[in-house]
Amino acid sequence: MAYRVVHYINQFFAGIGGEDKADHELEVREGVVGPGLALANALKGEAEIVATIICGDNFAAMHSEQVCAAVENACKQYQADLLLAGPAFNAGRYGTACGMVSSFVQKNVGIPAVTAMYKENPGVDIYKKDLYIVETGDSARGMGTAVPAMAKLALALLKGEQPSKEHGYIERGVRVNTFYDTCGAERAVTMLLKKIKGEPFTTEYPMPVFDRVEPRPAVKDMKSATIALVTSGGIVPKGNPDHIAASSAQNYGEYSLSGINDLTADKHQTAHGGYDQTYANQDADRVLPVDVLRDLEKEGVIGKLHEMWYATVGNGTSVANARRFGQEIGQKLKDAQVQAVILTST
Amino acid sequence: MKLELHRIRISKLEFGSSTGVRNGVLTVNKDELEKFLLEDERLAGVSLDVAHPGESVRILPVKDAVEPRCKLSEGNEVFPGFIGDVDPVGEGKTLVLEGMAVLTTGRLVAPQEGIVDMSGPGAEYTPFSQTCNLVVVLEPSEEVKLHEAESVCRIAGLKAAHYLASRCKEAVLSQAVAADTVETFDAPALTEAMHAYPNLPKVAYIYMLQSQGLLHDTYVYGVDAKKILPTLISPTETMDGAIISGNCVSACDKNSTYVHQNNPVIKQLYARHGKELNFVGVIITNENVTLADKKRSSSYAVKLARMLGVEACVISEEGFGNPDADLVMNCWKAERAGIKTVLVTDEYAGRDGSSQSLADSCPEGNACVTAGNANMMITLPPMEKVIGDAPKADIIAGGFFGSLREDGSMEVEIQAILGATNELGFTRLGAYTI
Repeated sequence: MAYRVVHYINQFFAGIGGEDKADHELEVREGVVGPGLALANALKGEAEIVATIICGDNFAAMHSEQVCAAVENACKQYQADLLLAGPAFNAGRYGTACGMVSSFVQKNVGIPAVTAMYKENPGVDIYKKDLYIVETGDSARGMGTAVPAMAKLALALLKGEQPSKEHGYIERGVRVNTFYDTCGAERAVTMLLKKIKGEPFTTEYPMPVFDRVEPRPAVKDMKSATIALVTSGGIVPKGNPDHIAASSAQNYGEYSLSGINDLTADKHQTAHGGYDQTYANQDADRVLPVDVLRDLEKEGVIGKLHEMWYATVGNGTSVANARRFGQEIGQKLKDAQVQAVILTST
Repeated sequence: MKLELHRIRISKLEFGSSTGVRNGVLTVNKDELEKFLLEDERLAGVSLDVAHPGESVRILPVKDAVEPRCKLSEGNEVFPGFIGDVDPVGEGKTLVLEGMAVLTTGRLVAPQEGIVDMSGPGAEYTPFSQTCNLVVVLEPSEEVKLHEAESVCRIAGLKAAHYLASRCKEAVLSQAVAADTVETFDAPALTEAMHAYPNLPKVAYIYMLQSQGLLHDTYVYGVDAKKILPTLISPTETMDGAIISGNCVSACDKNSTYVHQNNPVIKQLYARHGKELNFVGVIITNENVTLADKKRSSSYAVKLARMLGVEACVISEEGFGNPDADLVMNCWKAERAGIKTVLVTDEYAGRDGSSQSLADSCPEGNACVTAGNANMMITLPPMEKVIGDAPKADIIAGGFFGSLREDGSMEVEIQAILGATNELGFTRLGAYTI
């Protein structure tokens, strides 16, 4: 039996109209519409387009929740095995809508999705991590190559095959584990011999490129500065109320320092799993120096210690999570008019 | 230096009245071994169990894995500095009980020990699902402090492994039992090594040892590796247990004593030695936490490689995050000295695989072998039998609150599985970009 596919397109490719019809409300039609005909042919009977969802680009942008829910319903109603969206070429709103519904359906219906865009379509950067996006030309002139590529990738996913570079999708930048035929040590020595001989070889992991943060200039007036404490050393109230993981933290905690002059073993601990916790649990000031900051506050060296502290565990924590924690904590500190932060690690 | 490894293949473990090997079955006198280990008064309790490949058994938290070995020839014993004296090893004849491991477990250093599943999806990720395991469940005394408990358990594992091999020694010497294989490894003097195979490229191995401390420690001849300058070691010394794990880092990429004894990079370099390359030396170096130490050790390790006059080297890492800085320094210093490198590491790319995998980077690191993304999630189904302490799964690195479900299944990152992303390249796991 052929696989069942639902196809998402915008008002333009449905032949309803251009910019003037971009508010066109979402509708579902049985069978193929517009580019669906060519896609259906390219699927060569192995998969059938059972329904087409048509939605104006502005409507999709303005009513994202409603559109996602409607696409989810259509996929369920038509018992879809896969969602195709687009191709959107370089149409920004269309590409973003294709990415949005594809990503939503993958997560909430649990079926694969394939879309297609020009590499500079803004939908690419937002959704490439989640999706296979076939690379297309920048206009509908690229339809002739986009359609067979989408169909080929869709059939691979439907059959449970792992897509390869030959499928022409935009690299997602996602690392996936696999078992190779040989152990890592053997692969390493083989690669070394190639490198010695000057033969071509492919690294298994291209080295990352990092953001570099320029340090801010020194605080001139410490006497009136509010100083905050932020740690990746895992200092939390006893019992770890926010359940920050010992490694690979998924969250951070925000805790009040109100009335606290010294961190004590009965009320504080570390959640960090990457070091011997004995000394941090004995006296958490060793990692988060509240006692010393209170002294400096009394002595008038600093204006005051910020009333909240922020803590996470920097042990195998992904860069994406760390960046998110940093941005959120930074914004909170900025809003609270904190002048400087002491970041303690372990 | 020449070392012969006399390997007896063990296919089954059982408890019985006398410890010894027959037809591939290792019988263990439980009482005798338990009493022997309890001679260490820092231990309140010891109990032994066995686990075989394919069984519905989960072992956690596992601290270390050790392969039973002892010397058949005269001279210093294996595990120098712990079992043997501090004099050199790596020569003569060594008995190996192959296909088995001693796994130490129990109430240990909770956060960073590992899981070993003997069957199911988790078993694919740990090399120790393929070995017959004697599990030593250890209970340090109440008054023993955390870092001392690590030492107690480390030494108990070495003693148990040495005891098992020693009890089979007489049978081998009297030829009542024959080794299944005998393999000879030669580590000639430098004068000889330098002139051997003039047409083949000279290659060294820079072997990074975890030394972030506390509880992130490795021992070389009993010396804490954070106190060493990088130095040369004969590959045959590693086979006699000159390098011992004292690690409580994430289980996936800590080098257990077993993988130090069976270092796959050394094995692969030997396999190509005299054919495609001339393997002239192993340089051990550390991964200390201060910048001065990192600079000193990386410069010194690369200097040793230059003194050996090698054209290229494999560099293997242990651990992740902070040691990535050491890996990268070793890499660019070697490359800028004209020594070609291949790095063996693993990745922390996040559960969705989309973050940068390493904490440091250099453009010279253009040849990298990866042992996989340690953040990958896996669901481990319930097992009929659990040896150790299941609630520990909640705080084992890579596990998280709620990871142990009521039915006994667990949701963890493969980070929690012993040896899953071993950075000596012990397993076949790797990763690629989609």
